[in-house]
Amino acid sequence: MITFILKRLGSGLVVLFAVSILVFSLLYVSSGSIARNILGDQATPEQLAVKEAELGLDQPIMTRYFSWLTGALQGDLGTSWFTSEPVANALATRIPVTMTMVIVAMILIAIIATLIGVAAAVKRGWVDRVVQIGAIIGDSVPGFVIGIILVTILAIQMGLFPATSTISTGAGADAWMLSLALPVIALLINGVTGGAQQIRSAVIKQLERDYVRTLRSRGIGEREVLFKHVLRSAAPAGLTVLSLQLIGMLGGVVIIETIFALPGMGPLAVAATAQSDQPVVMGVVMYTVAVVIVVNLIVDLLNGWLNPKVRVS
Amino acid sequence: MTESVETSALTPAPGTSGQTGTVVRSTVLKRLFKNPLGIVAIVILLAMAVMAVFADVLAPFDENFANISKTLAAPDAVNVLGTDSSGRDVWSRLLFGAQLTLTSALLCAAVAIAIGLPAGLVAGYYAGKFEAVSNWVVSILMSLPGLIVLLTIRAAFGPSVWIAMIAFGVLISPSYFRLTRSAVQSVRNELYVDAARVSGLSDLSIITRHIFSVVRAPIIIQTAAIAGVAIAIQSGLEFLGLGDPAKATWGVMLSEGFKNVYLTPTLLFWPAFAMALTIGALVLLGNAIRDALEDGEKIKHRRQKAHQVEGAAAASAAKAARKTIAAVEAGTEHHLVKVTNLGVGYPQADGSIKKVVDDVSFHVDRGEILGIVGESGSGKSQTAFSILGLLPDTARIVGGAIQFDGNYTVAPGEDKVNQDRLSKLRGKRISYIPQEPMSNLDPAFTIGYQLVTPMVRILGITKAEATRRAMKLLSDVGIVNPDRTFKAYPHEVSGGMAQRVLIAGAISCEPDLIIADEPTTALDVTVQADVLDLIRDLQRRLGVGVILVTHNFGVVADLCDRVVVMQNGRLVEEGPVREILREPKESYTQALLASMLEGKEPMTMLMSAASSSTASPTDKENVL
Repeated sequence: MITFILKRLGSGLVVLFAVSILVFSLLYVSSGSIARNILGDQATPEQLAVKEAELGLDQPIMTRYFSWLTGALQGDLGTSWFTSEPVANALATRIPVTMTMVIVAMILIAIIATLIGVAAAVKRGWVDRVVQIGAIIGDSVPGFVIGIILVTILAIQMGLFPATSTISTGAGADAWMLSLALPVIALLINGVTGGAQQIRSAVIKQLERDYVRTLRSRGIGEREVLFKHVLRSAAPAGLTVLSLQLIGMLGGVVIIETIFALPGMGPLAVAATAQSDQPVVMGVVMYTVAVVIVVNLIVDLLNGWLNPKVRVS
Repeated sequence: MTESVETSALTPAPGTSGQTGTVVRSTVLKRLFKNPLGIVAIVILLAMAVMAVFADVLAPFDENFANISKTLAAPDAVNVLGTDSSGRDVWSRLLFGAQLTLTSALLCAAVAIAIGLPAGLVAGYYAGKFEAVSNWVVSILMSLPGLIVLLTIRAAFGPSVWIAMIAFGVLISPSYFRLTRSAVQSVRNELYVDAARVSGLSDLSIITRHIFSVVRAPIIIQTAAIAGVAIAIQSGLEFLGLGDPAKATWGVMLSEGFKNVYLTPTLLFWPAFAMALTIGALVLLGNAIRDALEDGEKIKHRRQKAHQVEGAAAASAAKAARKTIAAVEAGTEHHLVKVTNLGVGYPQADGSIKKVVDDVSFHVDRGEILGIVGESGSGKSQTAFSILGLLPDTARIVGGAIQFDGNYTVAPGEDKVNQDRLSKLRGKRISYIPQEPMSNLDPAFTIGYQLVTPMVRILGITKAEATRRAMKLLSDVGIVNPDRTFKAYPHEVSGGMAQRVLIAGAISCEPDLIIADEPTTALDVTVQADVLDLIRDLQRRLGVGVILVTHNFGVVADLCDRVVVMQNGRLVEEGPVREILREPKESYTQALLASMLEGKEPMTMLMSAASSSTASPTDKENVL
């Protein structure tokens, strides 16, 4: 068990390392004009050279990468080329906002999608039809468009929610929740419709398995068959769906935060992208990939716990 | 953003497409065009395509032509959808946006197919190292959040839609890879592919001729989904202001509308509408193709409707019947089970009911073994499951009655098995030995748990007491090391062992009737005899009634006291085993016996009816 976790963490580090090399070399392409972008069109060649030396851009790419890597290993992700803010600081202030929304949305998706998916699989009939139609609508409207629609109708036209969700520490918990409500709803709708659909088919698949009939023949009640056996066997499929949704959500949240003007990682990432601010982009990508690696590890551990076959191998 | 693609990559079941080949293609198209949603989707997509292709002709203005004196104007004769904050024509920009959006979606899908399809074919067909490496690459690509990668690409290469879409194509290519690989794997070892190989076809022509036809339909479905996601993610990038500012796209228009949401919210409507319409049409198209491939789906929905209507009527009938059911026909109370004129059917799409069991009557007494013999499709298992009350949800009792120990479980006139009454009997007084041992144990629980729980529930004994009994049962059914088996998970024991476990489960609560559905068919020939001996011993010792469903007269001769022969859902002949074996009256029984004794032909060849998967040629080996 512990060797398994260590092994997975090790291969996760390898992936992080590979991604860092890849992203670093990609960003190298655009770093040629950075000094001019920072200093503006009026800058003299001397000023540009000074700036490049200051940022270390005059060094060969290998040297630059290794100085970034040694820094990163010590927790120093460099400073933004444009705002001079340390990247680690910028991330630390913004990650809580982003991850709060992502985690709350994922928990809600897991609960709601499971409830709806199981209901559709067991009851069929109209519940099933609603879930199917919901899945089509959810697939048709991208999450950020849902966000725009929500903010336009519920916040701007009806005034039920604040349109921009700037979170100040002074505000009370209820104001805080109210301001996060719409972004979280915008984040979770696609996940609920898609997840419910997938969980529905996973449960139906299990209900048709032979062992379900045998359990019933042994006099095990319908509720126990469903909640103890069927759900457990359907859970790995559901977990996979949810983990893929979480990975997707790490991207989707960038747009949602921009729409709601939330001080999360999204606006930081967008600004850094537009300016090719390499240290910030590196920081954001590394953080996101690390989250994904941890999530995948947790999913694998849960799957091992749920499925004895996986556990053995 | 990418979640819908990634998950939809999991949905198309390669198995379902396995049977479609070139032959089915025309009917799939026909079915697609019969589906109104499919037609709507195709019409919308065609309209969008026409708008995109002829944008230069259809658009009254250039995409960037700005009339500064007419900003945020309401629709009029010149600007049919109004103008934006720079005075640009919304309708023209929508058309040019369609052009760019659709082309970029196609580019993305093309790149993904160009990478994923060949890689999947090779990995699936040759497996080996290439598959291992590509699996590793796939797992990395799938764990990268699409939008974040695209932000990096944007930071590196600047605001190019095309580069972004190529990158996204690469990123999403695993969905084609996985789809193709599993489809290829499922047919790689099919007989017809082997035959092609033997007949000397090269790998390349096998792949193009046989395997490509299998993956074609799933790939079209997948492309519809991916094009939708590409549109969404491309628009998302544009919305963030990371696209090319000189191009009109739906994403840029959304962003423009969002900036002016307080002044002119309608600016938001058109691009959002166009996007939802296009992606929705793609989703519907994918679903329609899927439905056309698995046309069973439609029938299911209708079945349900029919069932509800009937169900309501039947419920009241059943309620009325329940008051009067108390007494069964006088003089039959002593039978353990009595099946009278039973009919079982399945409602069909056209409203008719397909009967699988028709007018079947027999009885079983205590301590007696009754064999039900017939080929697959003879209705023998359906008959057994109606006694157990474990028919599929869609099944209807279309006639007759079943009584157990002097009480009706299906009273005359009821159209469903009465679960209230049967749930009190199942496990406790009626138990079941299934055909396929491995699939009938829950892989997630230990064998011990699966033996103990029913005893705790049914007999109301403690866990410790149940564990003790389970150990005894396991050694009773001939398991040498009960302790180890008790702790094992189903995948850790052999098929013969699993069947013994299932038999132990069937007798664990001391039932009066055991229904065994082909209990030896799935087992090795050497184990079959052991299991039959075990059933006989237990039956003698416990004095229970047994219904043994089989297609094998050898098993009947070996074990049964009386036998019922079934064909096409009807009862052909009934009588003591010895009589039937010596002097079969019906020609069908004679044929069945003859084929067994000569052992020259597999039993499935007897009938023109669908061949069976359960009757394997090896079965005749243990006949005598």
